[in-house]
Amino acid sequence: MDDQKRFHSVRLNKELCKGCTNCLMHCPTEAIRVRKGRAHILDERCIDCGECIRICDYHAKVAAIDTMADIKRFKYKIALPAPTLYGQFRNVQDVGVILAALRRLGFDEVFEVARGADVVARAIAEKMREPMLPRPMISSACPAVVRLIQVRFPDLIPNIVDIRQPMEVAAQIARAEFCKAHDCASEDVGIFFITPCPAKMTAIHSPLGQEKSAVDGAISMLEIYGQLRPMISKIQKEEKLEATSTSYGIGWATSSGETKSIFQENALNVDGIQNVIRVLEEIENNKLNDLAFFEGNACTGGCVGGPLAFENNYVAKNTIRKLVSTYKAQNPATPQQSVPVSMINKYPMRLDVPLEENMAMSLDGNIARAMEKLNRMNEIIDTLPGYDCGSCGSPTCRAFAEDIVLGYANEMECIHKLRDKLQSMAEQMVEVAQIRR
Amino acid sequence: MSQTLLHAEYPVEAEDYTCAGEASADIKRKLKQLGVSSNVLRRVAVASYEVELNLVIHSEGGALTLEVTPEQVTLISRDRGPGIPNLELAMREGWSTASETARSLGFGAGMGLPNMKRNADTFAIDSTVGEGTTIEMGFRLA
Repeated sequence: MDDQKRFHSVRLNKELCKGCTNCLMHCPTEAIRVRKGRAHILDERCIDCGECIRICDYHAKVAAIDTMADIKRFKYKIALPAPTLYGQFRNVQDVGVILAALRRLGFDEVFEVARGADVVARAIAEKMREPMLPRPMISSACPAVVRLIQVRFPDLIPNIVDIRQPMEVAAQIARAEFCKAHDCASEDVGIFFITPCPAKMTAIHSPLGQEKSAVDGAISMLEIYGQLRPMISKIQKEEKLEATSTSYGIGWATSSGETKSIFQENALNVDGIQNVIRVLEEIENNKLNDLAFFEGNACTGGCVGGPLAFENNYVAKNTIRKLVSTYKAQNPATPQQSVPVSMINKYPMRLDVPLEENMAMSLDGNIARAMEKLNRMNEIIDTLPGYDCGSCGSPTCRAFAEDIVLGYANEMECIHKLRDKLQSMAEQMVEVAQIRR
Repeated sequence: MSQTLLHAEYPVEAEDYTCAGEASADIKRKLKQLGVSSNVLRRVAVASYEVELNLVIHSEGGALTLEVTPEQVTLISRDRGPGIPNLELAMREGWSTASETARSLGFGAGMGLPNMKRNADTFAIDSTVGEGTTIEMGFRLA
């Protein structure tokens, strides 16, 4: 695998890491090891879901994200707020105010990702009419889930809907419309996604199913929150922007928002990465082949549960629910009614680079050697205590056995084995001592 | 024929819905660790889950055996009974003898055996009433 494709937003701040086992135990792809008192992330396995950022009490797991200073690289700046941003201010029931406040922070234009979501919803609804689709089709909207499938469920890659994420589609439209209106060159325009999660940042730097991302950078919702909050109260009525997405586009901030916007009754939506894993296992077993669509979100509650969102995810979910119903009362249009087919023909909507299998879970590129390693691994597992305590620095005894076989760990790093060994050595020493007497 | 390089046995008990699916989950995990291609992986996943659930639902208990060589994955299911009186009927889609308990859990649609046959490259079944059933499925790797 070429290295430039291994950009990761999720990183470790070595100074803050205590070497505890919290992140180790929660990583869904077993991509973390603690060695020499510090966590290490295995690049080839990390899917940038941000579970470790959420769980780390010492804030040692961080997301590499652009800052507001980075937007200055461009002559013109466009902000792409994820609809999750609207869920961060529970007393603001007007999206236009949030958009105006965001523009005031130094952007020339604000383009709602919810509008991109409307276009994507229309494209997915069209896609779902194609004959002979695998069942269920799996949403491509959550980049952490797509990478999870590449690492742990590569056989489900053909089920992933080959439509770009709302963020990408929004960026394409935003750039085209801005350049046309202001008669400027494409490269003068910098487009920044206001993100609730590191997985989106990774998706910008190493795109999924696309050669290059249409987005230039991502700014953490946590960073912008502090600046946005005071700005919101200063927005006058006349300065307010118009929210232009449908209510369905706003709903994408929460789990089931996508399903609702494509009007797919025969669908299942699941949130929280461990829950997503359990359902993907069932899909892999062909147990859910009567299902048309599966929407999985790595974070609890959907994007509102992102590790870079400020507001409690349940509070944010409720705020989004209220916004959706307010906007639906004003404008009941669905994405199918508001987005013309010409729109989905005008911009590239499909993923055009095949999603590859990530072989990071295999023990060896050669199957015979992989079998030898697996056999040795199973022999080692039988000698381990099975406590899955993490003291060795691997998440489970099984993972520890795997690390030994792969040459990354040594059997005596298991403190329980070491204790037994010390005990028998001590007994031998006593025996030897008695002989000399 | 090259020698078996990987061998694993999984006992499967009748009506044990608590553990149902654990054997096939482990088989999947092993094959992923071996780097088996996703096409084969998917077919083994479907067939191993079906055959494991068959043991839980229909048999009086038995075991699953996984054998892997660089050329082939072989799944063998052996049970202690009751045996299938009419194999031809059992291989027909939609035909099922599943109990009410099993059906209420969503099993027993009568697709099990045909599904296994469809997903495997080779499929052999042998059954004697009063003795038990043996199913052997092969999946080519090369």
